[in-house]
Amino acid sequence: MSLWLTVLLASAIAFALKVAGYVVPHTWLDGPRIARMTSMLPVALLAALVAVQAFTTSGGSFVLDARAGAVAVAVVALALRAPFLVVVVLAAATAAALRALGWAA
Amino acid sequence: MTAASCPDPATLEPRRRREVLRQSVSVGVATGAYGISFGALSVAAGLSLWQTMALSALLFSGGSQFALVGIVAAGGSGLAAVATSSLLGIRNGLYGLQVARILDLRGSRRAAAAQLTIDESTAVAVAQPEHAAARLGFWATGLAVFALWNLMTLAGALLGDLLGDPQRYGLDAAAAAAFCALLWPRLKNVETRAVAGVAALAALLVAPHAPAGIPVLVAALAAVVAGLRRPGLRRASR
Repeated sequence: MSLWLTVLLASAIAFALKVAGYVVPHTWLDGPRIARMTSMLPVALLAALVAVQAFTTSGGSFVLDARAGAVAVAVVALALRAPFLVVVVLAAATAAALRALGWAA
Repeated sequence: MTAASCPDPATLEPRRRREVLRQSVSVGVATGAYGISFGALSVAAGLSLWQTMALSALLFSGGSQFALVGIVAAGGSGLAAVATSSLLGIRNGLYGLQVARILDLRGSRRAAAAQLTIDESTAVAVAQPEHAAARLGFWATGLAVFALWNLMTLAGALLGDLLGDPQRYGLDAAAAAAFCALLWPRLKNVETRAVAGVAALAALLVAPHAPAGIPVLVAALAAVVAGLRRPGLRRASR
């Protein structure tokens, strides 16, 4: 497969997948149970995504490194009601500091 | 945008409006910075400048893009690259189910919204308690990420990785922390907290054994289905 074909085919499928969520007929999703599922789904997906982003290697094995330290600091900051930007900057600074000091990968 | 898709400013007080926009721009900047890495990586993998830009503008989904150029760089087949990219893209379709409900659009605006439906825009939208704020958050984040991601991809493709490894600045952790902060208010609900916790744990259990994209899908679907079946949790949320 040529590179251009790869790029355009992947883009077309990505767009089709995005559109799929919008064109599902409303009546299919109208039941109270289904409506609650679709409202819960983004939260579940994002929670799973954060877990994979923060606690796994590129091969998928569990690991505790600078990202885990940063997320821990973020959670403490959130519990102390820190504003959004402060939480994000503190987490980045924590990970950067842990790596600069060589305390975590 | 017309009045139909634009949140009515009158329904959102200026303080909340600024708050939502601040979140959107922060997420846009943190995500956009990664575009430099993508641009540099993509050109190094052997894609041309135009192919790299096409991916950021047309595919526009960070995880899928990094996976695709990673496979090309490793000498994998085009089919494998497309398959992995697509597995990672299924998530966006599932986001669309809920985002479509929030936005309630028709025609070309719906196509534009679909293209902007990614982790970041969805996270900011579903984090907002009010409808108007959710719409504003979706569009502002989607457009901020789109503009910065494409601009930074171009910079990375032309100039190489100017910043060096984004991990040096903790940008990978910034993304995870931003998602945590956006989910945080939703976790006050017992049922949502249980579903999020189960999804996170399940994803970590599945991650070593499944190809990229699958663990997050399986874990989230399982958590949502299980959460809705447990009558105890259902009562607790009322």
